[in-house]
Amino acid sequence: MSEEQIKNLEAQFEERIARDEKIEPKDWMPEKYRQTHIRQMSQHAHSEIVGMLPEGNWITRAPSLRRKVALLAKVQDEAGHGLYLYSATETLGVSRDELYEQLHSGKAKYSSIFNYPTVTWADMGAIGWLVDGAAIINQVPLCSTSFGPYARAMVRVCKEESFHQRQGYEIMIKLANGTPEQKAMAQDALNRWWWPSLMMLGPTDAESIHTEQSMKWKLKRKSNDELRQQFIDQTVPQADLIGLTIPDPDLKWNEERQSYDFGDINWDEFWQVVKGHGPCNKERMKARVGAWERGEWVRDAAMAYAEKQQERREKQAV
Amino acid sequence: MATKNWPLWEVFVRSKNGLEHRHFGSLHAADAEMALENARDVYTRRNEGVSIWVVESKHITASNPEHNGELFEPAQDKVYRHPTFYDLPDEVKHM
Ligand SMILES: [Fe+2]
Ligand SMILES: [Fe+2]
Repeated sequence: MSEEQIKNLEAQFEERIARDEKIEPKDWMPEKYRQTHIRQMSQHAHSEIVGMLPEGNWITRAPSLRRKVALLAKVQDEAGHGLYLYSATETLGVSRDELYEQLHSGKAKYSSIFNYPTVTWADMGAIGWLVDGAAIINQVPLCSTSFGPYARAMVRVCKEESFHQRQGYEIMIKLANGTPEQKAMAQDALNRWWWPSLMMLGPTDAESIHTEQSMKWKLKRKSNDELRQQFIDQTVPQADLIGLTIPDPDLKWNEERQSYDFGDINWDEFWQVVKGHGPCNKERMKARVGAWERGEWVRDAAMAYAEKQQERREKQAV
Repeated sequence: MATKNWPLWEVFVRSKNGLEHRHFGSLHAADAEMALENARDVYTRRNEGVSIWVVESKHITASNPEHNGELFEPAQDKVYRHPTFYDLPDEVKHM
């Protein structure tokens, strides 16, 4: 194809998206669109998969059967989200194996929030309430993104997320209304998860590189700062309601903006974690890679069994 | 030493009797039986289905969007396939 032809196709492609048409896997697309989607969707899938680890840590120690079934179901959902997203990514012509290899080699990133430790039961409450809450705010606009398989996966994901947030908030309510020790535990979890949750919505607009292109392709519909403000405005009253305090001395209702003003975010910490120096980066990768390697014989055995069965069927058919 | 990767399967789910099977997504599995079991876990955790079909992705032949013109455009000028093409007197009801 000549450069002229490609320019033409690109212009038509952008117009289709502007008209709110969906792009499907076999449609012609600019190479950059394909690569950007592979990167964003696989990062999203990796985050769902690694995101199981901090919570998986507490399944066996859940304080009641009710909490245990809920947490188990939530973690299982996150596995499902990872799988929807991996298979949607594969429609772009990349294999599952390549995607895993990118995660395991550290070439691909996942959400920085999962590199923080879960040290008490209250962390299960804080994660559901704050981390899933922030994830919902990120994901809802993606239900109408331009790439069909991504949009459809996000619709399924969003339907499932709201129980995640509610079960987390319910844990916080119970602890906040419990003994002074339980309330202190809830407050401590909020103190530790609040700022990382704000960071999870991404660098400030001034520092964010891909925004304009992503807006055009509907990979983003609101800026990081807008999403962050939305998250804060929605979450502060929920903390007030259960008598917990947001750990930000500068947090103040701004009557004029009808929004909360808030304090400075420690972006150094964010970039440190992104670069691999968070409290649990190494541990998370070790757990993930270890599970993959220890599962290899199972995958091989299943394949060998399937082949044997196939051969047997073929012999019988003769 | 990794031998072979599990192949890719497409999953179709009937959400309730009376409705057709609809494409839900895909997954990897060693064989058809495992594909069905995995599909149950991945795509129907909340009663989304009463019946599942799985088919190995390599068995699907798909049309190429680049040929959409020759495939689908011929139907566009055949307005006589639609009831509104035909003129009827106003007195005729219910036809
Ligand atoms: Fe999720
Ligand atoms: Fe979730």
